Amino acid sequence: MIGQAAEFDYSGVQACKVLREEGYEIVLVNSNPATIMTDPELADATYIEPLLPGPVAQVIARERPDALLPTLGGQTALNLAKALHDDGTLERHGVELIGANYDAIACAEDRELFGAAMARAGLAMPESAIARTLEQAIEALPRLGLPCIVRPAFTLGGRGGGIARDEPELRALVARGLEVSPIGQVLLDQSVLGWGEFELEVMRDGADNVVIVCSIENVDPMGVHTGDSVTVAPQQTLTDRLYQRLRDQAIAVIRAVGVETGGSNVQFAVNPETEEILVIEMNPRVSRSSALASKATGFPIAKIAARLAVGYRLEEIDNDITGVTPACFEPTIDYVVVKWPRFAFEKFPGTAATLSTHMKSVGEAMAIGRTFGQAFAKALRSRELDKPPCLGDVSDQALLDGLEIPGPERFEAILELLRRGVAVEAIRARTAIDPWFLSELRTIAEDPEAPFQGERSFRSVDTCAAEFPARTPYYYSGWERPRAGGAASHEVARGERPSVVILGAGPNRIGQGIEFDYCCVHAAMTVRESGRDAVMVNCNPETVSTDYDTSDRLYFEPLTLQDVLAVVRVEQPEGVIVQFGGQTPLKLAAGLAAAGAPLLGTSVEAIDLAEDRGRFGALLAELGYKAPPYATAGSVKDALEHAESVGYPLLVRPSYVLGGRAMEIVYSRDGLADYLSRELPPDPSDPDGSPSSSLEKAVRGADGQGSPEGSPSSQNTGLQAPRSTPAIFLDRFLEDATEVDVDALCDGAEVWIGGIMQHVEEAGVHSGDSACVLPPHSLGEEMLGQIRDATRELALAIGVVGLLNVQYAVHAGELYVIEANPRASRTVPFVSKAVGVPLAKLACRIMLGERIADLDLPAGREGLGYGDHVSVKEAVLPFDRFEGSDAVLGPEMRSTGEVMGIARDFPTAFAKAQAAAGVPLPSGGTAFITVTDSDKAGAFAVAQTLHDSGFRIVATRGTAEAIARMGVPVQRLNKIGEGSPHVLDWIERGDVDLVVNTPTGSGARTDGWEIRRAAVAHGIPCVTTLAAGVSAARAIARAQANGEPEVLCLQELHR
Amino acid sequence: MTVPSAYVLLDDGTRFDGVACGADGHAVGEVVFTTGMSGYQESMTDPSFAGQLIAFTYPHIGNYGVSSEAMESDRPWARAAIMREACDREDSPGAEGGWLRWLTDCGVPAISGVDTRALVKHIRDLGAMRGGLFPGATSEAEARGLIESEPPMAGQDLAAEVTPTTVSRHGEADTGPKIAVLDTGIKGSMVRELLARGARVALHPCTTTAAELLAEDPDAVFLSNGPGDPAALDYVVQTVRELVGRKPVWGICLGHQLLCRAVGLETFKLPFGHRGANHPVKDLQTGRIEITSQNHGFAALGPNGARTIGADEPVRWQTDFGEAQLSHVNLYDRTVEGLELLDVPGGTVQYHPEAGPGPHDSLYLFDRFLRRIAEAA
Ligand SMILES: Nc1ncnc2c1ncn2[C@@H]1O[C@H](COP(=O)(O)OP(=O)(O)O)[C@@H](O)[C@H]1O
Ligand SMILES: Nc1ncnc2c1ncn2[C@@H]1O[C@H](COP(=O)(O)OP(=O)(O)O)[C@@H](O)[C@H]1O
Ligand SMILES: [Mg+2]
Ligand SMILES: [Mg+2]
Repeated sequence: MIGQAAEFDYSGVQACKVLREEGYEIVLVNSNPATIMTDPELADATYIEPLLPGPVAQVIARERPDALLPTLGGQTALNLAKALHDDGTLERHGVELIGANYDAIACAEDRELFGAAMARAGLAMPESAIARTLEQAIEALPRLGLPCIVRPAFTLGGRGGGIARDEPELRALVARGLEVSPIGQVLLDQSVLGWGEFELEVMRDGADNVVIVCSIENVDPMGVHTGDSVTVAPQQTLTDRLYQRLRDQAIAVIRAVGVETGGSNVQFAVNPETEEILVIEMNPRVSRSSALASKATGFPIAKIAARLAVGYRLEEIDNDITGVTPACFEPTIDYVVVKWPRFAFEKFPGTAATLSTHMKSVGEAMAIGRTFGQAFAKALRSRELDKPPCLGDVSDQALLDGLEIPGPERFEAILELLRRGVAVEAIRARTAIDPWFLSELRTIAEDPEAPFQGERSFRSVDTCAAEFPARTPYYYSGWERPRAGGAASHEVARGERPSVVILGAGPNRIGQGIEFDYCCVHAAMTVRESGRDAVMVNCNPETVSTDYDTSDRLYFEPLTLQDVLAVVRVEQPEGVIVQFGGQTPLKLAAGLAAAGAPLLGTSVEAIDLAEDRGRFGALLAELGYKAPPYATAGSVKDALEHAESVGYPLLVRPSYVLGGRAMEIVYSRDGLADYLSRELPPDPSDPDGSPSSSLEKAVRGADGQGSPEGSPSSQNTGLQAPRSTPAIFLDRFLEDATEVDVDALCDGAEVWIGGIMQHVEEAGVHSGDSACVLPPHSLGEEMLGQIRDATRELALAIGVVGLLNVQYAVHAGELYVIEANPRASRTVPFVSKAVGVPLAKLACRIMLGERIADLDLPAGREGLGYGDHVSVKEAVLPFDRFEGSDAVLGPEMRSTGEVMGIARDFPTAFAKAQAAAGVPLPSGGTAFITVTDSDKAGAFAVAQTLHDSGFRIVATRGTAEAIARMGVPVQRLNKIGEGSPHVLDWIERGDVDLVVNTPTGSGARTDGWEIRRAAVAHGIPCVTTLAAGVSAARAIARAQANGEPEVLCLQELHR
Repeated sequence: MTVPSAYVLLDDGTRFDGVACGADGHAVGEVVFTTGMSGYQESMTDPSFAGQLIAFTYPHIGNYGVSSEAMESDRPWARAAIMREACDREDSPGAEGGWLRWLTDCGVPAISGVDTRALVKHIRDLGAMRGGLFPGATSEAEARGLIESEPPMAGQDLAAEVTPTTVSRHGEADTGPKIAVLDTGIKGSMVRELLARGARVALHPCTTTAAELLAEDPDAVFLSNGPGDPAALDYVVQTVRELVGRKPVWGICLGHQLLCRAVGLETFKLPFGHRGANHPVKDLQTGRIEITSQNHGFAALGPNGARTIGADEPVRWQTDFGEAQLSHVNLYDRTVEGLELLDVPGGTVQYHPEAGPGPHDSLYLFDRFLRRIAEAA
């Protein structure tokens, strides 16, 4: 989820590894199946259960652990540990809290206690006031002034906080803040907008030795959440004197808060003019920034924090990078690291694309270069934007004004302005960005090639600026003046063993998240087991794949063709794997092959066959499989014509998308025309109307990136977009279809079906956003057979070697093929854990030459799993962070994560998944139902079940009548238009415990939109499809019958 | 790629090209590297760098300009700055001037655009060596000649270059302990830390005799940091020898080495020295670890000639003045970082508790030092 992503898998995995080395038995609880840490091999007992006090207390009672280590699981883990302490669970079972003690957690997380502790330590903080009511907030205004910062206590990534520029804004923010804060408390801070923002990563051991691992400077001054800021390590603009003062204060903070062992992140605001320093906050745990700091310096914070937690002192731990020095030191680096956030505002229409004190980015890319310019430009191209902004026609004034309130494209605007020769001062005046950064940016703006003068060579991340030789092969590339006579001074210790290069997934984004990193890590493990060197290329600092322990050699590089080819040239690998990193490496396949890189697994030709709409359509026809009628249109005119032949309703989308970007269902010619006007702007330079086939795509990428030898061309900074003609796909939309996802293995001759997942929501809700169940709960044996056969035939016909994902829709009893992805899919980790078969590893073995026959896979029940459990995957949606966006599911993917619920039956598994996703189903109370006419008939079933479970049913007129007609008691409720008290009043008053609302087609700001928004804002479970409504009702009924569901241990399930 | 206009040439003929960015002309001396990521101006003005050309491992140097507060002495002593990416910025909030402008005004040649990492690895593997920074116009042959004519660091008395010609006195009159400094190139930060603790400080030329110093009747004698080879400073060592036992004697860096030699211990040249702000040092009395500021090319030998100390024990030396006990050890290479004289008042540290640049972890040593003076008095 936003504010807490892969970085905690990285830290958790490191902790598991070292604690096991130390001989501890590990019990792991996490609800996210797409994590390496939940692999059964990593712990002795693994529970994929909701991270809530109830289930975790059960686990504790069952496993009787000696200690609980909560400092590596982010805010969720800390809050959970606090709850388990407060409700006496820990004491009852004699469990010791290690890593950070209760008081330290409380002190750092409770702004009131924290403020007091800072005051005692003589450290300054912004003027502030604590408010538990709106009145208290207003009273504080005269003292704090406006703007002021509102921050709810105990929320993650600043959720629910913001900058109040006037009183109405203040009232709104405080009201929301009081709600989202688990302790109903908000803190008001006097604003220091525009001051410099700095973070220090601090480590302390039991003997009170303290070191600073890394300093991080936010290029964006105070006011933009560090998670959304472009940041640079080490700090660039502070004098040594000022930096040492920060260092002293950071040490004072960790001591004052009382974190006895482990890592903490301390944030400061610094006024560059007056050199005033204010403490902003400290996180008494491993954080997003510490993952960044670890990757930036080579100092494995989480690993060392885990060792410290079990009693080691820093001097007793080796720095495994040098092998000769202790971990008790401060890394010094001779390169520059830049982190860029990745945003997804385009997916949440209706929400303002502005950056503030609460985090909105969905992922990040990090780049390392010998200079800031190199690192910044590499980071720019590491982001892999779908749609690089084109600001060419925007006036200077408009661009400057746009900078007043920071947005996701602020740096593109700054670069554009600098390119046009606008003065640094003018930009500084609006952004308060330090002039050093701006003058560095000017160099890039004037000549994107400037940073890449000279010769590219791979250097080591060695924690010590070359003072000692590095043992650990962790590399980045930099450009240097060629040495007279000498060859490029690569530091790569290649060795003699054959190597396999695994291309990672790049920055997390909606549609391509941690699942793909999971697959890459499994590939690395498999390559190593095969006796070859695993070589990882990736640029996402949050991930396990970029842990230098994961592979034999790690290249921290962008995933563009010429960056990857540079690695291939030094590695001379036996093979390159593009199947596991999602669409990112797949797009490079053709270019790599063209450049002579040996691809493993499915061939470029086969990839193209599956990805090219036309060729794939022809293949389906040839094999006699049904597919929704479709057409491709290059122009508005085309589209409107073809639409008639395809037939409404239509599912429309641009050709280039992943995760259903800009995908919509249109029911009429007008709807289509409206969509086209938005997605097919007349501008011929529409950057992303690229051809659909991965082949053409990669080729475009290739020449976009100049000759492999050449230095990167400006396309790669994402500043200029490649030009090509747009294309739009039109598909007949299959209504009320059941969607099915299949993951399968194929060695070219034989196929093995890994998992068949039935979606809970009907087709039309993106596969990434819909809940799904394995084994399918309502597809007959006959249909399952059809699905297996189709998958087999497709895999063989396409020529898959490795993994294949096929999406089907079952419509009126008929099987339709929606798409086939010739690569590891989002669902591979879920399937692997549900079925107990490591699909990614097996696929990798196949790519390395083994046959399915060699893998001794279980026979029978193919795709249904083994054992008597049911697994449900549910999506985690970020609507609560994007105010004003409609909380309804559709063909465009919006989820930022997923959770898994495992139980003996479907309803219980579904309930677990809901709870894990953060919206536990109510056990009783009032259910509000309002559905579209087409759903009215079905609504009664939901109402009936809920009524039998003792719910009071309320509904709007139409729905109420439909339900009453079937004899279920229901109370009518006013629509918003029908006057108070209406639906919203009920929700706001907290009189509703469950909302079932299916959208009435498109149309912004409908009643439905208002209702869903209110439900999300008040954290009330809101089901937006009838199918999910039925499942929810059944789950509630089951929970009432069986009480709190039992927790299940993965290792026992798959024994 | 910008055309090279200057180059670094090492004793062994290795050459690194770059762009001239400081004063005109050339500089020769010992080429060393420092791994500190900030504090470039402090380093340049630290007299301990006299006779040396500094290669900065951190690529961006000059980011926040220069200011009078960052002066460790009244002028730069390092002979040249070797950098990857130098910049000249007056517009930094705290800056009183631009870095490169300042170097130029001070007559210090500098070079940017150098592959400093390659240079540093070369020095790390082969040891610090003589070398020079030369304008592109200078032929390598000529450059070689200039390097040859530069005496090697071992055996050089550079203290004579940096020591003051006359005594200077600091701190309010007639209060606080009187500390006589044998000034072999003291850093401003040391004086500041002493004054901050109420001491009165007199800086004496390092040629001052013991008799002259004793005539001042100081409460303690302080041996400062400084450049060059302690083995070349026998005249200072002799002076110190006459002071030990008569007055409490404390030393930092070169001062540490001088005291060691004065009590009969040996010093040796480290392969490429310690220069930076991140070396862990363990205080054997408290068991605490300090992250230290370091700048030295020579070190004291441990008991019976050992270059490194195996265990974290306060091992002892037999000296001409009774026993000495190891007080601090470097956790990177386990060399001697400090010792205490047990039978006469005195002690030293090899590293830089005064920081400037670097962490403040070790400032407590100045308190310890003044406490001991009080006890001795
Ligand atoms: N007093 C303030 N004035 C201006 N900006 C602030 C202030 N306090 C916090 N911020 C901004 O809000 C962001 C989030 O605040 P922080 O305390 O770090 O919360 P979180 O726990 O979400 O990290 C910070 O990164 C900073 O940019
Ligand atoms: N013809 C169709 N009828 C109904 N739903 C469809 C149809 N095509 C796609 N969808 C829905 O849209 C979602 C996204 O479409 P898909 O082709 O899988 O795009 P992506 O490549 O983003 O996964 C699917 O998961 C499915 O729910
Ligand atoms: Mg923060
Ligand atoms: Mg799909």
